[in-house]
Amino acid sequence: MPLITEKELQPLYDVVIVGSGAGGGQSAYTLTMAGVKVLLLEAGRNYDPLTETAMFQTPSAAPLRGISLEDKPFGFFDATVDGGWQVPDEPYTNASSDPERKFWWWRARMLGGRTNHWGRISLRNGPYDFKPYSRDGLGIDWPIGYQDLAPYYDKVEMLVGVYGSNEGLENTPDSPDGCLLPPPKARAGELFVKKHVAKFGIPVIPIHRAILSTKQDADTIPAKLHPGNKRAQTILAEAMRQRAACFWATDCGRGCSIKANYQSTTVHLPPAMATGNLDILPNAMARTVTLDAQGRANGVAFIDKVTGRELVAKGRVVILAASSAESARILLNSKSTHFPDGLANTSGEVGKNIMDTVGAGLSGYVPAFENLPIHNEDGAGDHVYVPWWLYKEQRAGKLDFARGYHIEFSTGRRMPNVGVAGPAKPGYGAAFKEDLKRSYGAYIGFSGRGEMIPNKDSFCDLDPSVQDKWGIPVLRFHWKFSEHEIKQALHMHQTFAQMIEALGGKVSGKPATDGAKAIKPGGFIIHEVGGAIMGADRKKSVTNEWNQCWDVPNLLINDAAPFCSNADKNPTLTIMALAWRACDHLLAEMRQGNL
Amino acid sequence: MTLPENSAPRLLPRRLALKWLATAAAGMTLVGRLSLAAAQVPTKTGKPIGSDPILNKDYKPGELWPLVMTAAQNRAAAALADLIIPPEAGGQTPSQLAVHEFINEWISSPYDQTSKDRPVILEGLDWLDAEAQRRHQAVFAALTAPQQSGLADAICGTTTPTKEFRPYVKFFDRFRHLTAGGYYTTPQGMTEIGYVGNRPTPTFEGPTPAALKHLGLA
Repeated sequence: MPLITEKELQPLYDVVIVGSGAGGGQSAYTLTMAGVKVLLLEAGRNYDPLTETAMFQTPSAAPLRGISLEDKPFGFFDATVDGGWQVPDEPYTNASSDPERKFWWWRARMLGGRTNHWGRISLRNGPYDFKPYSRDGLGIDWPIGYQDLAPYYDKVEMLVGVYGSNEGLENTPDSPDGCLLPPPKARAGELFVKKHVAKFGIPVIPIHRAILSTKQDADTIPAKLHPGNKRAQTILAEAMRQRAACFWATDCGRGCSIKANYQSTTVHLPPAMATGNLDILPNAMARTVTLDAQGRANGVAFIDKVTGRELVAKGRVVILAASSAESARILLNSKSTHFPDGLANTSGEVGKNIMDTVGAGLSGYVPAFENLPIHNEDGAGDHVYVPWWLYKEQRAGKLDFARGYHIEFSTGRRMPNVGVAGPAKPGYGAAFKEDLKRSYGAYIGFSGRGEMIPNKDSFCDLDPSVQDKWGIPVLRFHWKFSEHEIKQALHMHQTFAQMIEALGGKVSGKPATDGAKAIKPGGFIIHEVGGAIMGADRKKSVTNEWNQCWDVPNLLINDAAPFCSNADKNPTLTIMALAWRACDHLLAEMRQGNL
Repeated sequence: MTLPENSAPRLLPRRLALKWLATAAAGMTLVGRLSLAAAQVPTKTGKPIGSDPILNKDYKPGELWPLVMTAAQNRAAAALADLIIPPEAGGQTPSQLAVHEFINEWISSPYDQTSKDRPVILEGLDWLDAEAQRRHQAVFAALTAPQQSGLADAICGTTTPTKEFRPYVKFFDRFRHLTAGGYYTTPQGMTEIGYVGNRPTPTFEGPTPAALKHLGLA
């Protein structure tokens, strides 16, 4: 993508956006399609999935067979550039040395951010997920309900392309006709699980993922998304035609050079660039939001990583979409006489209410899968999942934790990795080979992904003494799961053990008897949200329902920071829907001269 | 996100390095016959891959960091890999597919998580040649297949090893793990083990009737 350098910066933009991932990409798309002049600042380097993605490479082409390493935590071929739970030159700290109270913060420094490698799971929050406090007295209600966001879920699904089905299940919303692409067929192992866990009332249904199972309908969708805007329709139709349908090979986490899955760099940014209204400046590390004499945002101060110089980009409106924690960091670092405790923080809520997803996993060996007649089981990641199914039991007080989880699982013969020998029996030669052939593909792995309730012990602030390479104070995390999350993780292990046994399988290792041993550390699932929550009361929240900061109306936060809860549904689809909704409101305000 | 298999991240390299040191020290007590030189902490050579490598090119062992095996160790490694995974009709041997070079790359790397195998593998390979000389007056690679099997049988874990062979059971286990991991991640190995994906198809066909029948789903 042809990007600009700092020398080509315009003196003033309508909107300056920080971050080019799901929130920043969606914001840039929505605004530029409407004719707004936008500057996008990205802290990482330019990145081109069309030329850089490792499509079809096998592990034998990679150093060390592509295993997970400290500098490539998701394996060599993972799309992530300059990212991971540790980023060179950009530390963060934890207030506690207790491993159970540490938060792991994943970042990526590349155009498109984490959208280049994410799991593509795209589940809508349901009606319950927006009103958790009203339902059980815990956590925080959103100022909006499902009906407010539903039209934007529709738009995002049509724009990015999401496969899935409508099953009519509780708090698991159906999409209107025309939103979803057909789901891929279930794999043999997935059908086997479905059959054998039905007796527990556990539903196995098609999952929703941001992947083109077929090409998008470029003839009708653009008019639905941009009514009355012929130019936007033409640009989007062309962009949609540039995307190929999935060819059911190579891991989506590598990125996709044929644009079959959603990443900001292949879906949001190309049409936004085609409008001529977007400048993208990579290697621009935002430090603070700048203010005018009236306390209104008027730009972003950033470090140009190429020259090391600090510069300011000017805009009438500023949108932070740097990832929830990074946006909180920018606000906390933007201290001024107007805002001595950090920008937009008169509520004191910036950095508070951070949540991750509850994660726990268990695997097992299923003899029924041995010697399965050979066929291609690649597909595209998960094809099915188990949505939370115990709403009734939870309402009746039969569970000792308050919120639900969904289950993702993996079966079948996937591309072998260096651990293929696993726990094979002793020996070598022909017998060893036969042993491996029999057991390869006979393992199953279950992962629970559950809702965490915000709590007062989980927040971030600025470390008083640590700064990054550019002298910017870094975040310090404080973290603690409550009993709700720990008991939920225990329930996951118990359920997975029950499921594995129902398959006639044997659990690998032992299920935990203590949820604290089962639960993954905070941040490990990389679904961190909150830190600048939205609300109806400016004393208790950072933004209003339009992602607009109460204290600074021309400053929006369009990533996951405004989330008031973190349902088991993966956050990316909701980030995009919220960003689109916020930008539509912003456009209306700009047109009316309010901003 | 869900982490792929074998991808437990390592956030505390120093702590793990210390743990490895403790393990190595304990191992030295247990396997007192091992020479001190190889049981020392591996010297790190070469640079890590880094957080922004070129992803879509083929890397060869030795390209990123120097390889530590001697020529003799390399020959023994090739022979042992070929013994562990014998070729199928028409197929190439592990050594022809450079699996032993992958093992060399693995133990030579600047990462603690792989280079911790270095003393185990190098001492094991040296022992293999020494034991072959003792028994048959030739290096391991020059032995006949039955002679090679005689040595492997002593340490492969199918029978309880005698005291003198006990230190090398771990060597065989690790070497086998790496041989299988190296071999079955090559295109030939993938096909052999029953992986037939990684090829573009216009539609995802799902399970075959035979697969459904196998699982009682037909």
